[in-house]
Amino acid sequence: MSDEVPEGEQSPARPHRVIGTPLPVPSSVDVAERESDSAATGREKMPADPADPVSAKRAERIVAACFIVAFIAGIGFIAAYVGLEVGPLDAVLRSNLALGLSLSVALTALGLGSLLWVRRVMPNVETAEQRHPMRSPSKDREAFQEYFAEATETSQFVKRPLLRRTLMLATLPLAAIPIVVLRDLGPLPGTSLRYTVWKRGTRAVVYGTNRPLTPAEFNTPGSMITVIPEGYEDDQDALAKAGVILIKFAPGELHIPTNYNGGTLVSTMNWTVDNIVAYSKICTHVGCPVALYEQTTHHILCPCHQSTFDAANGANVIFGPAARALPQLPLTLNSQGQLVAASDFTQPVGPSFWERG
Amino acid sequence: MSDDVHVPGALRGLGNWVDERFGGAGYVRTLMKKVFPDHWSFFLGEIALYSFVILLLTGTFLSLFFVPSMNDVVYHGSYIKLNGLRMSEAYASTLRISFDVRGGLLIRQIHHWAADIFMVAITVHMLRIFFTGAYRKPREVNWLIGIILFSLGLIEGLFGYSLPDDQLSGAGLRIFEGVLQGIPIVGTYLAYFLFGGGFPGNDIVPRMYIIHVLLIPGLILALVTAHLLIMFHQKHTAMPAKDQTDTHELGQPFFPYFIAKTTAWLFFVFAALAILATFAQINPIWQYGPYTPLAISSASQPDWYMGILEGALRMMPAWEINFLGHTLSLSVLIPFALPLGIILGGAAFWPWFEKWATGDNSEHHVLDRPRNAAVRTSIGIAVVVFYGVLWAEGANDVIANKLQIPLYTVTWISRVLVIVGPILAYFATKRICIGLQRKDAELLEHGLETGIIVQRPNGEFEEIHRPVSEEARAVLEAKKVPLALPVGAAAVDENGVSAPQARGLMGKMRVRANQAFLETIPLPAGDGHGHGNGHEGNGHGEVEGGGQEHAAVGASTAPAELDRLPDAQPQRPDPGAAGDESES
Ligand code: HEM
Ligand code: FES
Repeated sequence: MSDEVPEGEQSPARPHRVIGTPLPVPSSVDVAERESDSAATGREKMPADPADPVSAKRAERIVAACFIVAFIAGIGFIAAYVGLEVGPLDAVLRSNLALGLSLSVALTALGLGSLLWVRRVMPNVETAEQRHPMRSPSKDREAFQEYFAEATETSQFVKRPLLRRTLMLATLPLAAIPIVVLRDLGPLPGTSLRYTVWKRGTRAVVYGTNRPLTPAEFNTPGSMITVIPEGYEDDQDALAKAGVILIKFAPGELHIPTNYNGGTLVSTMNWTVDNIVAYSKICTHVGCPVALYEQTTHHILCPCHQSTFDAANGANVIFGPAARALPQLPLTLNSQGQLVAASDFTQPVGPSFWERG
Repeated sequence: MSDDVHVPGALRGLGNWVDERFGGAGYVRTLMKKVFPDHWSFFLGEIALYSFVILLLTGTFLSLFFVPSMNDVVYHGSYIKLNGLRMSEAYASTLRISFDVRGGLLIRQIHHWAADIFMVAITVHMLRIFFTGAYRKPREVNWLIGIILFSLGLIEGLFGYSLPDDQLSGAGLRIFEGVLQGIPIVGTYLAYFLFGGGFPGNDIVPRMYIIHVLLIPGLILALVTAHLLIMFHQKHTAMPAKDQTDTHELGQPFFPYFIAKTTAWLFFVFAALAILATFAQINPIWQYGPYTPLAISSASQPDWYMGILEGALRMMPAWEINFLGHTLSLSVLIPFALPLGIILGGAAFWPWFEKWATGDNSEHHVLDRPRNAAVRTSIGIAVVVFYGVLWAEGANDVIANKLQIPLYTVTWISRVLVIVGPILAYFATKRICIGLQRKDAELLEHGLETGIIVQRPNGEFEEIHRPVSEEARAVLEAKKVPLALPVGAAAVDENGVSAPQARGLMGKMRVRANQAFLETIPLPAGDGHGHGNGHEGNGHGEVEGGGQEHAAVGASTAPAELDRLPDAQPQRPDPGAAGDESES
């Protein structure tokens, strides 16, 4: 906050505007109207004309010019609206430029004109106004209290507790209704957050092409691919939980992964197929899809808040706010040698929640 | 209107018609003459106001074309790159607004820019209110309304940019849903009720839509109205200046001055937004594509006011507590609730804290220069640093990229800075404030250095000092020194019993807080005149009341609130002594 103390000469002719202070009472103020109260007693008149008519005349011409520019620009806007087609991107951008530019010019000119008008054409007037303490005079407060006490007596509210209590009783259920009627906003979560649509034998199809995958087609160590459960390609609700990443390792690179199976940590080497391991794509922090994979370090990175998971080590968290490893999906092969799920995930995927345990 | 002023007949007729039906010529006259102080920082609130007006106007236009539905459609529109793609009707209609409605893109971009500027203006407005002490009695309620407005603006913005259902907004919603799930006990229920089931469901866009176009704007409108009515009733604060006192206010009348200036300001705000919307592209949703839960654009950044939440989430270490089959997801809860809780909760609490620490319960209309309220200013800067670190961490990937340092290092630095930074900022700011106060005191005592060196008859050289101008003097002397709560020797009576407020843990804390506030440089002794703005007229009662209130704290016998004594003549204390200068 700049609150500079004015330094240097205060030229009497041009009041020096000090940032941090209101307009100082300049000597060129045409009238400094000091009223004892707004209920004027013998007030001074507002000045009809500015102190310096010559500069006011000059300012008047500039203001008028501003308004004419605004007029022309306004016409320009309408012309651009009528004349310019939209549709293709470049046409849209052209129209945006023409409309925006004419609008900007019109508004700037209007603003400038108005500002110059008040600053340069109107006589410079400063007025004062009395402040009164916010608190009412004691007399009023007493009178208020008196009447309020009397009127309360009259209402019988205090005297008749039966009325008072039954009235309050009556409002209770009514007050609850607005909350009760919100019940049908959605289903209860139940156990639905614990499961995804993966089942024993669900084929993993490649996200985008929807084609099933064999280990032979996915055999470059260090590569990552996103797969989804077959049959749910267009089901956003299902995909929001069931997205999976497959990562192919070179032999020996994949440390024996561990994962939770019904609450106990188990070795899940037999959940992998041919050094291909499947992890949930839904970040355990707040649910963004983990998207980046660094081959050399085997790090999976969530672009949202940079939780980093070690793919070679059960997708354990090595940095960032996510508090748990990405759940692993048990993989196996079907009779055609394609990658399928051996079961659903053995623990809830995605963000933590209270009932998760 | 005197007879020598020519008023057009039509206007006269209209005025007559209205007055015969509603009366109020007297009231409207007072209204027209209402004084508005002239200071640039007083227009910050108006930027917020006008951005809001523009948001209402542009938003209404957009709602004529936007379809708040998550039903799947196949796109066949002007933007050929997305031709044939499945998307929600919401996204398709936003594409239509951008490409097929003339002026649609401009209005969309103005709307989005206005939201950003609205939040900037509220924030800066809030800072100016804080640093100048405008929130003090009697304006606490307006301060609280302001904090609610800020919070509402945050939610309104989040819901607004989630409406188009593009890839970026969906990613934001996904985070929002994940955070909701993390709330203890009710989290999953909240999420399921808001989204109508699991994420993303089919309900969230229409629900956010009605909240965004009706519920929250209605609340904001009501609160802004209350805010302005209260301000109108309580009158503006004013920056310290010559003749600006707590008992009267200098400025220019509402009509014709303020109305003209504020209209100019409306045009300028609108113009600035139009210029931004013309030249600075914002939220080009066609580049992001429709939302799908498994895709993400890696460099996604939310709108600026969400940066602090984003940064807090990024900064947080992986903390989670599991007990009795329940999960407490601290790495979600803390970032979600703590930073904004500290800042907004602290802001709401501050006026009462200051009152408690200084014992100052009087009305304030002339503002403080930030340097003269060293504790307040330092706390404010500490909070700004706290906010700034969190906000910058929200772009940690960008920072890491630009500075070529590892991402994790950036996060670690921010984890340290978020704690150390505010503490350092507090002490540094306090020293700077005290230094500036000292400079002011010297200026008052010795005047300005002129740079003119003269040689004295005795051969000494001396620089000529010129007294500061009257205006500058008034600004310098507007400083108010807080009262010492009676403690220590003063508070211990003959029997060695300390004053009640110094006893107990709360008492001790209060004394400590008070001492921090007392650390100021007094104005030079003998510079008495001009102190105590507001010592003419009505202000007396206030001074007296404040003094008594103070005595009451010490003795705890006198009633805290004394009636005003409008005609009492307070004794001016020696200005050097820690007198009752804070009260006026
Ligand atoms: C929609 C948002 C807001 C609008 C439209 C708005 C508008 C205004 C305007 C036009 C003024 C008078 C000009 C001025 O003194 O700067 C004002 C005064 C004030 N505002 Fe706001 N404001 C908003 C948000 C806030 C916020 C976020 C706070 C603080 C938390 C706040 C606190 C105050 C206070 C205490 C005053 C009275 C101080 C004085 O008269 O100088 N306002 N507001
Ligand atoms: S959602 Fe993955 S780190 Fe936050």
